[in-house]
Amino acid sequence: MTIDMLGKRVKRVEDQRLITGKGRYVDDIKLQSMVYCAILRSPYAHANIRSIDTSVARGMPGVLDVMIGADIPYNPLPMAWPAGGSAGLQNNVNMPRALATDSVKWTGEGVAAVIAETPEQAFDALEGIAVDWEPLPTVVDAEKATEPGAPQLHENAPNNIVFDWTVGDKAGAAAAIDGAEVVVRQRVVNQRLIPNPMEVRGDIGWYNPGTDEYTIWMSSQTPHIQRILLAIFVMGIPEHKLRCISPDVGGAFGTKIFCYADYVVVLHASKRLGGRPVKWIESRRENYQSTIHGRDHITYLEIAGSRDGEVSAIRVKTFANLGGRLSTIGPGIPTTLYARVLSGCYKIPNVFAEVVGVYTNTVFVDAYRGAGRPEATYVVERAMDLFAGEIGMDPAELRRRNFIAPDKFPYENPSGLGTASGGAKIYIDSGNYEPAMDKALKMAGYADMAKAKSEARTRGKYLGVGLSSYLEVCGVAPSKWIGAVGEGWGAAMWESANIKVHLTGKTVVTVGTQPQGQGHETTYAQIVGHELGIPMEDIVVQHSDTQGTPFGYGSYGSRTSSVGSTAAIKAAGKIREKARRYAAHMLEASVEDIEVEGAEYRVKGSPDKKKTFQEIAFALDLAFDAPEGMEPYLDETAYYDTPNCTWPFGTHVAIVEIDEATGHVDLVRYVAVDDVGNKINPMIVDGQLHGGIAQGVGQALWEGAVYADDGQLLSGSMLDYAVPRAAWFPHLELDETVTPSPVNPIGVKGVGEAGAIASTAAVANAVNDALKPFGIRHLDMPLTPQKVWHAMQSSKGAQA
Amino acid sequence: MDAHISLTVNGKPREADVEPRRMLVQLLREDFDLTGTHIGCDTSQCGACTVTVDGRAVKSCTMLAVQADGGTVTTIEGMATEAGLHPLQAAFWEHHGLQCGFCTPGMIMAAADLLSRTTEPTDEQIRHAIEGNFCRCTGYQNIVIAIRAAAKVMRDGVAAPSTAVQGGM
Amino acid sequence: MIPAAFEYIRATSLDDALARLAAGNGTVKAIAGGQSILPLMKLRLARPETLVDIGRLSELRGIRRMPDGRVGVGALTTYDEMLRDEVLGHYGLLADALPNIGDVQVRNRGTIGGAIAHADPASDMPAILLALDAEVVARSTRGERTISITTFFEGAFSSVLEPDELITEILLPGGRNDVGSAYRAIEQPASGYSIAGVAAIVGARAGDRWGLCSVAVTGVGEHAYRAPGVESAVLAGASFADAAAHATDGVTVASDIHADREYRTHVAAVYVRRALEAAAARLG
Repeated sequence: MTIDMLGKRVKRVEDQRLITGKGRYVDDIKLQSMVYCAILRSPYAHANIRSIDTSVARGMPGVLDVMIGADIPYNPLPMAWPAGGSAGLQNNVNMPRALATDSVKWTGEGVAAVIAETPEQAFDALEGIAVDWEPLPTVVDAEKATEPGAPQLHENAPNNIVFDWTVGDKAGAAAAIDGAEVVVRQRVVNQRLIPNPMEVRGDIGWYNPGTDEYTIWMSSQTPHIQRILLAIFVMGIPEHKLRCISPDVGGAFGTKIFCYADYVVVLHASKRLGGRPVKWIESRRENYQSTIHGRDHITYLEIAGSRDGEVSAIRVKTFANLGGRLSTIGPGIPTTLYARVLSGCYKIPNVFAEVVGVYTNTVFVDAYRGAGRPEATYVVERAMDLFAGEIGMDPAELRRRNFIAPDKFPYENPSGLGTASGGAKIYIDSGNYEPAMDKALKMAGYADMAKAKSEARTRGKYLGVGLSSYLEVCGVAPSKWIGAVGEGWGAAMWESANIKVHLTGKTVVTVGTQPQGQGHETTYAQIVGHELGIPMEDIVVQHSDTQGTPFGYGSYGSRTSSVGSTAAIKAAGKIREKARRYAAHMLEASVEDIEVEGAEYRVKGSPDKKKTFQEIAFALDLAFDAPEGMEPYLDETAYYDTPNCTWPFGTHVAIVEIDEATGHVDLVRYVAVDDVGNKINPMIVDGQLHGGIAQGVGQALWEGAVYADDGQLLSGSMLDYAVPRAAWFPHLELDETVTPSPVNPIGVKGVGEAGAIASTAAVANAVNDALKPFGIRHLDMPLTPQKVWHAMQSSKGAQA
Repeated sequence: MDAHISLTVNGKPREADVEPRRMLVQLLREDFDLTGTHIGCDTSQCGACTVTVDGRAVKSCTMLAVQADGGTVTTIEGMATEAGLHPLQAAFWEHHGLQCGFCTPGMIMAAADLLSRTTEPTDEQIRHAIEGNFCRCTGYQNIVIAIRAAAKVMRDGVAAPSTAVQGGM
Repeated sequence: MIPAAFEYIRATSLDDALARLAAGNGTVKAIAGGQSILPLMKLRLARPETLVDIGRLSELRGIRRMPDGRVGVGALTTYDEMLRDEVLGHYGLLADALPNIGDVQVRNRGTIGGAIAHADPASDMPAILLALDAEVVARSTRGERTISITTFFEGAFSSVLEPDELITEILLPGGRNDVGSAYRAIEQPASGYSIAGVAAIVGARAGDRWGLCSVAVTGVGEHAYRAPGVESAVLAGASFADAAAHATDGVTVASDIHADREYRTHVAAVYVRRALEAAAARLG
C-alpha cells in the first residue's frame, strides 16, 4: 500500500482542537499556586528616572512583591545580530534591560513589576508606584534624529547612529548613474507597522527550588533560541537549568522571535517568591507599546538606465529606525535582509546601498512578516514603475526586459550575496519570472486597462493597476553563511527532526521548529507519512518544548518547509534504511535485495517474501532477534544545514479605484500568481498567501504606527491602528507557476512571507498609477483617503 | 463585595461569586475553565471574545459577568454536540478557515449569530457580519468560504462531499 | 486592562435607579449595554464608585407608536432591536445607519439611550436624532422633562443631562410620505466611528422648491450639530452641491491623525451632498 499525501490538500491535524475551543495558548495555562504580574510602563518617551517609590504598592491588597530594575541582577537583553560587513563595522549597541534602571527611551518601556495574588490586585497596585521623572527632549523620526542638534539618546551613539553600513559596488553604481540616459530619484517612506498577531504575548515563569531549575511557558517562535539567550547571555545559568515551552501560538509574524524583558521578569519573580509560578499576559495596549514594530524606513532611491528600458543601476540611502534600544536582531533586518536583495528579480548590474541604523524615542523595530524583503521589494518595485513612467514604457514591459533570464540560474546578484563571506555563496536557486507575470497579466485583463480606466471615470472614479514582480529569499540559511563574521548573527541555522517508531508502528516526530498557525503538525506528518508509507493518523508531530524536542532554530523567514522538512525527510530516510536492514535479517536476504515500496519491504524477485513497516517496528522494538551489532528500536535523528536559501517569486496585480471626491481607495481586484516551487499542502499554501497578501495590502492602504513628536504613540490601540477587516477585501484570485527549488529534495521554496512581500508594492503601484492623471508621481503609504485627497488637491492647485 | 450569579453556560446551570468588575470573558475563562473564548484587545475591537448571550453574539470582554446573571451563554465549547461538530466548525476545518486558531472561536460565534438571522447570506453579508472580528492570518478569504459552506449545510441538512484528502481524520 | 473596583447595584425599578443616582451625588453611573462605558472603565478613563445596572428595566425597552403619530423608542432599545423593527425601517436614515453602527456584537448590546447619554462626538445616532428633531425624555427623582435634541449636546462627551437623570425614551416625529431621508458616513477605519456622518431629510417639494430640509452632521465638530446654512440654502433653491459648502459653517472642525481639519471640512461637505442626494432619491 502506498499512501501519497505529499502535494495534497490535506485537512489540518491541529484544527480539531482549535475549532472546539480546546487549543492551549499561554493564557489558558493555570498552575498550582500561580500568581500574576503587571508591569508599570513609562509614560514618557525619553526621561531619566530620579527615583522610584514602591512603598504604597507593597502595602496594597494581595501584593507579594514589587521589582524595579535594580532588583534584577542580570545582564541586559542580548542583541544578537549587529550590522556586519567585511570592514568590521562598528555598531553602537544599547540593549534593553529587564526593567529600566536609570532612564527610559520610549513610552511603554518597562519600569517596575508588581506580583500579586490576582491579576486585578497586580493591576491595581501599579497605581501605588511613584516614579520621579526627569523628562528629556525627544526625537521619533529616523532622519531627523541624525541631524545636528537632535536630542541624543545614548552617549555611545553620536547623532543617534547605530551603524552606517554599505553594500555593493559604490564606484560602479556611481559611474552607471552618472553616465545614464535617464535617472529617476525619489524619497520613499516605508512606514512603521504594528504587527498585531491576534494573541498578544505572555509568559509564565516558574523556578523550582527543589532542582534549581527554571521553566518558562512563552508565546514564542523560538523556544530553543530563547533558552540559549536567556540562560547564557542574560541570567548566567547553565542551559540545562532552563526549559522553554511554547504551547499553541496565536499568530506571531516575527514578533515572537525575540528575547523580551518579561521573560526575565517572570523567571526572576518566581525565584524571589520561592517558586510560585508567575504569569504575565500582555494587554493589547502594552503590545503596541512594548512588543516590536516593523519596517520604518526612509529611503532616497535612485534608478538609472537607458531610454529603451535597460535598467543599469539602483542606489539607495536608507535611514532605518531601530527604536530606543536594539531588539534581538534589529540591525540585521535593514542590512542583510534588505539591501542584499535590493535588485529583486532583475538583472540590474550595479547596486549600491547605504543603510544608517538610527536610535529614536520609539519602541524597538525588528522582523515583521517579510523582514527587510518587503522593504526591498517596495523600493525596487516602486523604482521600476517610476522609471517606466519616466521613459514612457509600460511597467510590465520594463519588467519583462529586465528579468533575470531563466537560463541564468543559479544567479548571483550584485548586492553581494554571492560574496558575503568566504566559502558559502548565496545565489538565487531557480526562477522563471516571465511566465508568472504573463499569467497574472492575463488573469487581470491587463490589456484592457485603458478601457477600464475610462469607464471608471464615468463613475467619478480613477482606476489604477499596479504590478509587483517580487523575489523573496527564504529558507534561511546555510550556517556557514549566516554565521560568518560580520554577516549573520554568529549562530548556526540548521534544523533537526527525530523520529521514533513505537511498538505498534505508531510514529512520533519531534522537530526543532515552532509553528504559529502554519499547520506544521499536518505538513510534517504528510512528509513523514509519504517517506515511510504510513498513514497520517499513525503519526504525531511534537514541537515547542526544549525538553523533548531536538534543538532547532525555530520558525521565521519562511524556513520550516525547506529547512525543517528536509531534516524530517533525512530522519525518515535513516528509519527506512534501518528498517530495510532489519527486513533483510527477517527475510534472510541481503540488504541490497530488499526493495521498499511505501510501508512494504520485500525481496526482489520474490514478491511473497515481505514484511510491513509495522511488523519490522514491532520486531525491532522487542529486539528478541536483533542481529549482531544492530541497536534495537527505530529511533533516528537527522540534522540539516541547507546549502542555500530558496527564492520564491511571482507577479501580483492590484486594481484599485479612487473616489475623486474623497480620496478613498477601494481595492477592487487582486490577482496573484506565485511560484513557491513544489507544495507540500496546496491548501495551506493558499492560506499563507491570503493572509500575507492581506497584511501587505494593510500596509499599503490603512496601517501605520504614528508617534507624536513627543513620543506618544497616537495609534496606541485598535481604535486608532487600522487592522484590516473582512469587508475591505475583494475575493483574492490566486494561481501558480511551479519552478521547483533544486536546494531541497522536495523542491519547495517557502511561502510564509511571499504574500506580504509582494502585495504592498502592487497596491501602492496601483494607487500611484490611478493618480497619474493628476501628475502625481509618488505618494507614500498608507494611502489613506486624506493623504490621497490632499495630493489630488495640491496637484489640482498646481495645475490651475 | 462579590455578587452571586447563576446562569446557563453551554446548557448547564452554573453559579459563581464574582467581583462586580469581572468581565464575562474572565468568568468563563477563569471561573469555568472555558478557555476557548479568547482575549485579543482592550477596546472591544477584535471580537476574539465573542460568545452568544441569549442567542445573540456579544463581546464578552465588554459585558460584566453580573450582567449575564440569569442568562444563557453559549461558547465555542458548547457548539459541538454528541452527534458531532457544528456545521460551522466542520466548515472551518474543511475550508481551512483558520490558521493560528486564536480568532476562530469568536469568529464562529459571530457567524452563528449571522446564520441565525440569514440562512443564505451573500459573501458581502458574511464579510459585513464579521467586521467585529479580526483575523490576522487568513485574509478572511477562507473564513468567508467556510461560513458560506456552513450556511448551505444548515439549509440543506447535508454537507457537500469533502474535496480535501482525508488525512486520517 | 482591568477596571478599578466599583460597587454594582442592579436596579429593581426605574424609581429605584433614580433614587440611587440621586443619592450618589455624581459618583454613581448608570450602565445599560455597557458598550460605551465599559471600554472607558477598562482603560480607567472612567472610574465610577457605583454602577447602577438599568439593563433589565423592561419599562425602558421597546418601540411604540404614539396616538399623535410619533414613535417612542425606549432608552434600552438596542441597535439590533431598532434594526429589526418594522416601524423604524420606514425611516430611510435609520435603515442606512443602523446596519453600520459598530458591529453586530455592539448592536446586540448597545442601546439608543446609552449612545445619546454618552454624547460621543463621532457617534452616528446623535446626527440622526438631530435631523429628525427628536426629543429626549429624561427623568430624575426631581421629575420628568422633555429635552429637544437640538439643545441636548453641549460638547464632546457632554450633554445637558444631569448626573441624577436617566434617559427613558427618545421621541421621533411620525413618518411622512412626502419626505425622503438618508444617512451617509465616511468611517475612521480603525474605530469604525464616523470621520463625517450626515443625516439628511428633504421633502415637501412645491414646484421647484424644497419645503423641508433638515441636515445634521457628526464626527466633525465638538458634538453633532444641525447645519442651518445647508438647510436654508437648500430651501432657498441652491443645488445640493452648493448648499453642502455650508456644511461646517461656524463649526470648529476637529482634527486628528485620520482626518486633519481641511480634509474633514471637505468630506463633511461631500457627505452632506451625498446624503441629500440619497434622501432626495428616496422620494423617487
